[in-house]
This record gives sequence, C-alpha cells and structure tokens, in this order.
Amino acid sequence: MKRRDYLKNMGLSSLGLAVFNPDEKAIENLESAKVPVKRPNGRTQEEAEMEARLQAEVFLNKHELDTITILSDIIIPADGKSGSASQSGVTAFIEFIVKDKPEFKTPMRGGLRWLDSESNKRFGKKFIEITAAQRINIVDDIAYPGTAPKHLSQGVSFFTLMRNLTATGFFSSKMGIADLEYKGNTPNQWNGVPDDVLKQYGLSYDA
Amino acid sequence: MINSSIYIQSQQEVFDVVIVGSGAGGGMAAHTLTKAGAKVCVLEAGQPFDPADPKDMTQLKWPYESLRRGASSSLRNFGDFDAAYGGWDIEGEPYTRKDGTKFDWFRSRMVGGRTNHWGRISLRFGPDDFKRKSIDGLGDDWPIGYDDVKPYYDKVDKMIGVFGTNEGLRNNPDGFFLPPPKPRLHELMIKKANKALGIPTYPSRMSMLTKPINNERGQCFYCGQCNRGCSAYADFSSSSVLIKPAAATGNLTMLPFAMAREVLTDPATGLATGVSYVHTGTMQEYTVKGKIVVLAASAGETARLLLNSKSSRFPNGLANSSGVVGKYLNDSTGASRSAIIPSLFNRKRYNEDGVGGMHIYTPWWLDNAKLDFPRGYHIEYGGGMGMPNYGFGWGIEGLNGRENFTRDGLKKAAGGYGATLKEDYRRFYGSYVSFAGRGEPVVREDNYCEIDPNVVDKYGIPVLRFNYKWSDYEVKQAKHMQETFEEIIHAMGGEPMGKKPGADSNYGLADPGRIIHEVGTARMGDNKNTSVLNSNCQAHDVKNLFVADAAPFVSQGDKNATWTILALSLRTSEYIIDQRKKGNL
Ligand SMILES: Cc1cc2nc3c(=O)[nH]c(=O)nc-3n(C[C@H](O)[C@H](O)[C@H](O)COP(=O)(O)OP(=O)(O)OC[C@H]3O[C@@H](n4cnc5c(N)ncnc54)[C@H](O)[C@@H]3O)c2cc1C
Ligand code: SF4
Repeated sequence: MKRRDYLKNMGLSSLGLAVFNPDEKAIENLESAKVPVKRPNGRTQEEAEMEARLQAEVFLNKHELDTITILSDIIIPADGKSGSASQSGVTAFIEFIVKDKPEFKTPMRGGLRWLDSESNKRFGKKFIEITAAQRINIVDDIAYPGTAPKHLSQGVSFFTLMRNLTATGFFSSKMGIADLEYKGNTPNQWNGVPDDVLKQYGLSYDA
Repeated sequence: MINSSIYIQSQQEVFDVVIVGSGAGGGMAAHTLTKAGAKVCVLEAGQPFDPADPKDMTQLKWPYESLRRGASSSLRNFGDFDAAYGGWDIEGEPYTRKDGTKFDWFRSRMVGGRTNHWGRISLRFGPDDFKRKSIDGLGDDWPIGYDDVKPYYDKVDKMIGVFGTNEGLRNNPDGFFLPPPKPRLHELMIKKANKALGIPTYPSRMSMLTKPINNERGQCFYCGQCNRGCSAYADFSSSSVLIKPAAATGNLTMLPFAMAREVLTDPATGLATGVSYVHTGTMQEYTVKGKIVVLAASAGETARLLLNSKSSRFPNGLANSSGVVGKYLNDSTGASRSAIIPSLFNRKRYNEDGVGGMHIYTPWWLDNAKLDFPRGYHIEYGGGMGMPNYGFGWGIEGLNGRENFTRDGLKKAAGGYGATLKEDYRRFYGSYVSFAGRGEPVVREDNYCEIDPNVVDKYGIPVLRFNYKWSDYEVKQAKHMQETFEEIIHAMGGEPMGKKPGADSNYGLADPGRIIHEVGTARMGDNKNTSVLNSNCQAHDVKNLFVADAAPFVSQGDKNATWTILALSLRTSEYIIDQRKKGNL
C-alpha cells in the first residue's frame, strides 16, 4: 500500500475511530526498512519480494546446467514439428524450479553427480565430455524403469525426475504449447464440439 | 475498477452496521444494507483485489509468463495465476489441531475472500437438505425449510446470474437460469456412459454470465479461467459483484488491512457496540462503532471472533451461553479419481476452454434407505484440452508402457526418451478425465473448533484449535464414490489411473477441511440452549449481533455451500432492515 493510502486510513483517527493515535514516523520507518522491490503486474508485493530473492539465489553451477541442457535434449529432441527442450528454455526453467521447490535440490544435484560418476566408471570422463553414442549407452540403462538393471535404480529415479521436469518445462513453453496445438487462452464463443468431431465419436447433442 | 480511494469515504462516527469480512456473506450483507441506505463499514483483513486492474489481473496469461510455469507456491496454493491471496498456511496466522486429529483451513486474505477464486458451482439446497433428521434420525433439522429460503435463492439467481436448466428435480430445485454452455467432448462421453449406467447427468449450475444481465458486468468469453478472476466481471465474486456496487452507493466504508480482534459490548446492556481491529500494515489498534454488528469472516473465523470476545458478562465468549459456538463444525466429504480414455488419443485440436469449470454434473441420485450410509454426494467432472502448465506430462512412465497405448497399438517399454517419447505426450494430451465426489457428512457435536489456550497469532489474537474426525458414515460414502467412478470409467472404455483407493486410505476420503466448505460453527435453532442463533441468524443472547457466513448452517447438504450463504445473508440483511424500520433494533 502506498503511503498516501496509509495516511487516508489514518484519517479515520481524527474522526474519533482510532484508539491510538497513528504514528506517522513509525509508518515511514516501516516503509524504508523494506527492500524496494517493484511489484510487477499480476504479483502481490509479497510474491514480488519472494521471486526477487529466488532469482538472486545461485544454486546449480555451470557444469550442472550444461549437463542438464544435454540431457534435456536427449529427452526431448528437435523434430519436424518443433525444437528441442533446451531451445524452448528448459534449462532456465529447471534452474529456477529447483530453487522454488527445494525438495528437488538434492535429487537434482546428487543425480547429476551420480551420472558423472557412472560416466567416469564406464568411459573415464564426465557425462558432458563423452560422445553422443556413449551418453546413449548410459541413458538406455536408466530410461526404462520397468526393465532397468536393479543396481542402477538411483539413476532411474534421477532420469525419471529429469524426464518429468523436461516435459513439463518444454510443453509449458511457447514452443511446446504451439507443438501441442493448444488453441485456447483467447476470447471466443463456445458453441460446442465441432460437427466432424461429434461424427468421429458417434456422439450428438440430441441424445 | 476498485481502487483504494473508495475504501475511505464515510465520515460517521457510529455506523448503522459494522460487517466483519467481505466474502460471500459479508459482500451480500454490505450490498443489501448499503442499497437500503444504511451506513455500513466493512472490516476486511486482506488487501484490495480487482481482477480488471492490471496490477491484480492474471487472466489470459500464459504459463511461461510465470517463473514456475503456473505451479503453486506458498503464496498461491492453487497455482501461480490463481486469484487467492492466502492459502492453507498463512505466515504469522497459525491454527492448531487437537489430539492428532486433522483439519486444514483455507483462508483468503483479500477483498471478496474466497469468492475470488472459488469453483462457482452454485447449487441451492433442496427441501430434504433442511430436514435430514426427520428423514434419517441423524443430526438435526434446520429451524427453517426450503420454502423460507426459496424467495432469496430466487433473488440471488437473478441478481448474480447463474446458468443451468430447470429439470423439475425435487431435491435439486429449479431456479432462474441463464443458458448453460454445451458439454465438451469428454462430457458427452461421460453423459453417454452415465445413461447406460442409470446415473443422471445434467448441465452444471454455475455463476458465470453466459448472457449479459446488466451494464456493470460483461458476458463470458469462455477462457476457462474463472479461478483467476474475470476482468469482464462475468463470473461471480463478491469483490466485483457485491462490494463494488455497494461502494458506488456512497454508503460503504471499506477498510482493507483491518483484522478484527473482538466484538465490543456494552457491559450494562450486553449489546454489541462495535469491533476492535488491528491494521495489518501498521499494527495500530482501532475500534469502529456500530449500532449493529454482522459477522461474516467465514465459519471458522466467526467462531473465533465470538469465542475471543469475552467479558465479565460473557465469560465463555459472546453469544455463547449455550456453549455451542465452535461445535458442529463440518466440511463436505470428498474423494476423487482420474482416468485416461484411449479413444481420445491423438484427438483433433480445437478450443474447448469453455467456462472455468465443468459444463455437466450429477446431483445425488440414489436412495440412502437402500445403502449402507446415510447421506448423498454429487459428482463434479473434469478433463479436456486445457492449457498445459506445470505438471504437464508428469509420470508418463506410468502410462506409455501400457498395452495398446502406443501409436501402432504395440507394447513398448515404459518411460524412454527421444522422438517417440515426444510423440507420446502429444498423443495423450486431452485424453484425461477426472471425477470428484462432494458429499454430506453427518454433523457431530464433537467435531469442533475452540480457542487454543496457548497460541496467539502475530497480532496477539488467540488462534483456533480444531478437533475433527470422520465417522464410518463418511468413509462408506467415499467407498461408494470410488465404486461409482470406476463404473463410469469402465463404461467409457477408459483406464483408471493409479491404484484404486482402498480401506487403508479411507477410500481416498479427503482430510477434513480440504473441500473448503466449513460450516456450522454457530448454528441456528429455536432452542437457545442448543443453538447460537435464531432462524434469522440473530444471536439469541445479543439482539444486535448477526452472522452472515456459513456458521449458521445446521447441516451441510450434498451441495456446495456458497449459494446458500448468499441466500441466507440476503435474508438476514432484509430482516435487519425490517427490524430497523419497526424500531426493534
Ligand atoms: C478453491 C475453492 C473452490 C471453491 N469452490 C466452491 C464452489 O464451487 N461452490 C461453492 O459453493 N463453494 C466453493 N468454495 C467455498 C466458498 O469459497 C466459500 O463457501 C465462501 O467463499 C465462503 O464465504 P464466506 O463469506 O463465509 O467466507 P470467505 O469468502 O472466506 O470470506 C471471509 C472474509 O473475511 C475476512 N476475514 C477473516 N477473518 C477476519 C478478521 N478477523 N477480520 C476481518 N476480516 C476477516 C477474510 O480475509 C475473507 O476475505 C470454494 C472454495 C475454494 C477455496
Ligand atoms: S470463463 Fe468466462 S466468466 Fe470465467 S473468467 Fe473466462 S470469460 Fe470470465
């Protein structure tokens, strides 16, 4: 609330409604104590402050983010219809969301470590340093929860988390929404299911 | 547009009426009373909110305009664009539970309260809902019946606008309905399946304007986002539809950031004289005086205010000579299930956002005399090609390994990566449906809220402590819901998701409070030893004190509560006007 509005509220005191006299100085102190974060449209002041804090925080480092970029593009590559996960901005999304949902921090950091260690065991190098074919050699062992070797179960959990975050990040991006051909979020007139679709499913509005 | 300047305009010292809370109940009282010429002051703990003000507006934003892609946060529990400031836990405003029982309490701290983002399912109670004890011997009857409330439901329908259809159902009464939107594809499929099963399906009844009803509010343009608040004011929220026009009368003093602490009384007469409050921004203490006090801070908070308003004359709290304040708290039962419908794989894309919610629903259709539980539930349906956001595609490894779920009908290993995985997400998009049962519990005296003897909030106000348990009745009802959902899913040719909730999880029965229909904490009745309010929601003990939220409810009904809160608040407000005219107040 703006100071002007506080003072308007305070105006009530002169009308006999206030028990205590408002202390204008106290209000000014309260306001100047706040970190001045601008409130963007659609956010409350509290949210603006929380988001500014989160954006200032650094959690994943460059190596971790580089690894995420490579992995996410293995999970969702470019094809004839749309670009790849990283082209849609998935890396930045994951960078933010693990800070916003701290329960992802350790599984993500630890999972990436697990991957580098597995890569080291197999090929003597970190995941980002091995060849594309070598990467697939590892991924094939952790991408299928139903058939993966038991001793790689932690890798499977990590890959499942990566798949979920990558898909969510990709399909909620501008590119992913266009890929899915979602047609809404715009003013329109709903007139019911199109006729050809009704026909396709053998349904009608008269039944 | 509501801006803060309208909040301060009255100059009077003693208001005709002081109302606490600006949600469904408080908004309706403020609207009715200011229109009748009363000078009204509304105390609202939360901040201003106007869905048409770019500062507050989230309608038509894309998921990528949110850092968390629309995920919920500690400050927006139902998603990053949802119009609820507040949530299950509010910093500095705790509540507690007794003896390991459960109760979750959702509070919104904003002008309009929880009506800014509610589901807009707008159901009247029927004649049976007021007289359950006469039917099954459990709980209590209301001191009023459907005929007493019907004229007010009618007025609310016309004033606020609700779509639906008159079906001539005895316990789901007809009303004054705007045209309903046509069912979506999955809704037609549900309807067809239900027909084969003998489960009735009707157009839903929700408060969005499918036709304009006045010049102040626009018409729905089918964005499917009512929970974000409508910038055209085409959906009902108390802030846009009640408080705004109330302010336009010039009779309303709307004080946001005003957290009521206690109702003040005159020690000599025992009458209410006003309300004390804390300004949440400055922490300064004020009082506001009124000839009449109306509590509408939500059922839980109204009990808290009464119990905290202690004096030598009212040692157990105000209006509590019966000791009933806080007791008979109840929330709707709820259980849900979702499914995937393979015939919808790779469906044709088109815009089916529709209104923000379901276009069809199923009211309670069975006879409890033939079942092993006493009360009914209605079914709410979800599904369709909604806007993808955070959570999209999550858990695909549980789906894409199933028989017949691949493009070519072959089985492949679950999970995976790469081009074929990308294909899977596209194929499954828009083929989910969900089912939610919302039912009536049996009200119990030993489900209650009280003042925690040890805990205060950051304003120094003693907080609520809840004690709530479901009984076998509710568990059996949830079991029935689960069986019904599976029947429908199978009749649609669908596959249920996850494991069927069993006895170990009370058949998926949601914890008390989770359905956010808390009612009953200051119930009405003819006997002042067993009720707090009379049938006009006037305190038995304090004649100038009224309650206008869901606290007066004697039972929950198998309907959502809000349309009844609105009708009762209107009825109580008209009673206040009448009594003032007659000089009784
Ligand atoms: C996600 C969601 C979906 C819902 N869907 C439906 C639905 O489809 N159909 C339906 O019928 N119901 C639904 N409900 C329930 C509905 O929102 C409530 O029944 C209704 O809003 C209750 O109205 P009320 O006036 O009692 O309280 P509220 O709307 O909660 O308003 C109370 C107001 O009082 C203020 N207040 C509280 N304490 C104080 C204090 N000490 N001093 C000053 N002000 C105070 C609060 O800040 C709030 O603004 C839903 C609720 C939620 C959260
Ligand atoms: S669906 Fe209609 S009423 Fe709801 S927010 Fe969109 S335009 Fe407004």
